[in-house]
Amino acid sequence: MTADPMRFGRRFTNLVTMGASAIVTVLGVAVLLAILAAVVGYGFEALSPRLLTDMTPPPGSNGGLLNAVVGSLIITGLGIAVGAPIGILAGTFLAEFSPGSWLTETTRFISDILLSAPSILIGLFVFEVAVVPVGHFSAWAGALTLAIIAIPVVLRTTEDMLRLVPNDLREAAAALGAPQWKSVVHVSYRAVRAGLVTGVLLAFARISGETAPLLFTALNNQFWSSDLNGPMANLPVVIFQFAMSPYDDWQRLAWAGAFLITAAILGLSILARVLFSTTKEKSR
Amino acid sequence: MTPDNIGMTEFTDRPPLFVPDMARPATPPDATVPDAPAVKVRIRGLDFYYGGLRALKSVDMAIHDHRVTAIIGPSGCGKSTLLRALNRIYELYPDQRAEGEILLDGRNILSPNVSLSRLRSQVGMVFQKPTPFPMSIYDNIAFGVKLYRRLTKIDLNEVVEAALTKAALWDEVKDKLQASGFSLSGGQQQRLCIARAIALNPEVMLLDEPASALDPGSTEKIEQLIDELRADYAIVIVTHNLQQAARVSDYTALMYLGELIEFGDTTTIFTSPKERRTEDYITGKYG
Repeated sequence: MTADPMRFGRRFTNLVTMGASAIVTVLGVAVLLAILAAVVGYGFEALSPRLLTDMTPPPGSNGGLLNAVVGSLIITGLGIAVGAPIGILAGTFLAEFSPGSWLTETTRFISDILLSAPSILIGLFVFEVAVVPVGHFSAWAGALTLAIIAIPVVLRTTEDMLRLVPNDLREAAAALGAPQWKSVVHVSYRAVRAGLVTGVLLAFARISGETAPLLFTALNNQFWSSDLNGPMANLPVVIFQFAMSPYDDWQRLAWAGAFLITAAILGLSILARVLFSTTKEKSR
Repeated sequence: MTPDNIGMTEFTDRPPLFVPDMARPATPPDATVPDAPAVKVRIRGLDFYYGGLRALKSVDMAIHDHRVTAIIGPSGCGKSTLLRALNRIYELYPDQRAEGEILLDGRNILSPNVSLSRLRSQVGMVFQKPTPFPMSIYDNIAFGVKLYRRLTKIDLNEVVEAALTKAALWDEVKDKLQASGFSLSGGQQQRLCIARAIALNPEVMLLDEPASALDPGSTEKIEQLIDELRADYAIVIVTHNLQQAARVSDYTALMYLGELIEFGDTTTIFTSPKERRTEDYITGKYG
């Protein structure tokens, strides 16, 4: 075999490129794994049955995260309850009722901006319109902030999912004389049901870890509170406050909270992936 | 284009949408092949536009009741376009429009004050690819029926069974009505779609290459079915398959570049066409 300088050069370039991308990939994944390992390591250690039975304690005494867990569930649940229907209906409008119109294009553009807007801006906005006028922080304001963050996530997945519905199905429904809304609700929604649920789950996962916007709106609460008109404890802000504190027991609780949130988001994401793959198969 | 002007009340002047065979006005067996079949749909000077593109050029044609009319022609000649004008399904797309007259029992269905939902209950359509809805076999049929009639569970069951029986599918699915429509084979799915149209008790059936996605065995079943359905409906079938047109149809229309070249009874078209272009097409010189 004759030596081919071109060939050697190509092989070398190939080796370098492949090697570089492999190293970078490993680095990227390694950072993620390190974060996960730290959360699991410190968080798991801090887990205790009191976590879900006791309130957040003053420093130096035992306690749990019950008020923060419940508060987070309430605020996030309210946020999804408000944001998901708006996101689904808007996504439906874009995909089914008015594809290609200027209103559609504008709405999608604004939604995409909202999707990537820093959440602290949204928190600041809600602070100005829902906290300052009433004079105090409230769970309502926190839920409203999270709803605004959830809307573009749900809108985007809903639109993408509905675009997977074959046009033949819409024609078939129209050929039976079905009005458009019935065709959408009974045929299109059904065809991508799992995909729509996926979008809502992803939005839930996204907003359940938001901290910055809640600082301005729901704030925090040392005690149990189910009053939506007052400040309410929630995991992200508790983690923020406890992790920054000098007290060991607070820091341990912060790790436990971080573990709870991570586990919940991981679970939701896996569920969403499973559901999404079944949608894709069905719509084929 | 807004089909939500649908109302239950506007149907009160119609006979029940699904009448089982025996309850139909008595049709003696020989009446299915009367000498002079009535014209069900008359098409006059029909032009069709996709945006600025004129896809049909003043087509004139008659579609007879209780007969199968085949539309043949090379790809892109406008045969599907013609079919899609007959139930105004093209209105789903804002840039498409039809001009001229399509008279169904003497009433111009292109007129803007025609109720689309009523028109589509009178003119059923089956597509090239089977399009079962993502729901159970039972609900696939019941969906259309429920758009027009509020029935008790028992009556609805009867309508579903009658439609599936008429589409020659009942025996194959009666034990799994709650199974998904997707669980059926392609040929069964297509018969499900035919049953779905039958359940609305239409007067005209439009079939857009209904067997071109199916295997030969399923195709034969669909053709048998078309032969049986002729007794109750005026049937229009678009097909790429000349043998199929010759086998199933009573009348044949040949389209070419948006024009109707020749229309006549199928035997004449296939044995002694008047037009040179028809002869060339059916002998395979183009297309």
